Amino acid sequence: MAENSDLDAVETVQEIDARGSFCPGPLMEMIRAVRDSQVGDAVAVWSKDPGSRTDIPAWIQKAKHELIGVQDKDGYTRFVVRKMH
Amino acid sequence: MSSKMSFVAFSGTADKLQALATMVSGAAAMEVETHVFLTFWGIMALRKDAVDKPLPLPTEYGEQGKQILEIMEQRGVTPFAELLRLATSVGDVHIHACAMTVDLFNMGKDDLDDMVEDIIGVGTFIQLAEGGSVVFI
Repeated sequence: MAENSDLDAVETVQEIDARGSFCPGPLMEMIRAVRDSQVGDAVAVWSKDPGSRTDIPAWIQKAKHELIGVQDKDGYTRFVVRKMH
Repeated sequence: MSSKMSFVAFSGTADKLQALATMVSGAAAMEVETHVFLTFWGIMALRKDAVDKPLPLPTEYGEQGKQILEIMEQRGVTPFAELLRLATSVGDVHIHACAMTVDLFNMGKDDLDDMVEDIIGVGTFIQLAEGGSVVFI
């Protein structure tokens, strides 16, 4: 997984602000965004939901995409995923 | 983990249906085949004329129940019907209505929200649920 500083350099096609959403909202937003993007695209989701910490990586593994990185920001977490298929 | 989960949604109150919608969303996200069998009060909550209205709360929660609902509304928790609809669009989720209830209360598929896929008998539901886990709520 990329370090925080490298993660800022990853170009994303979508930045989804799901900070107002509760579990499992941010995960659902991520699934929709990945579905709507092209293979190879990177998508980021911002979440304040503590469940996302485990749920988003678990889904990415299950759905066989790539978790590029997880960043702790000011009061929220940014997850960056690459669509693999 | 079981690759299939089925839920009997018997209750029509906010507490149980919110929990149902959250669990179904999780199952949808994790690519688990999911069936929801709406029966009795569960069907009433998904009638077209009720689906976007606030759900009742069991009286035993009293004042505490009202406070919890207020907090959920203030903080923008996604309402159950919207969450369930989202789950059907994201995952392998099928929402069925119980034929007996629909018949008993003279309803048809047109009376129910579009997320309801079909009207089936309990035998069909048992068959669909075979091999997976079943939750009654």
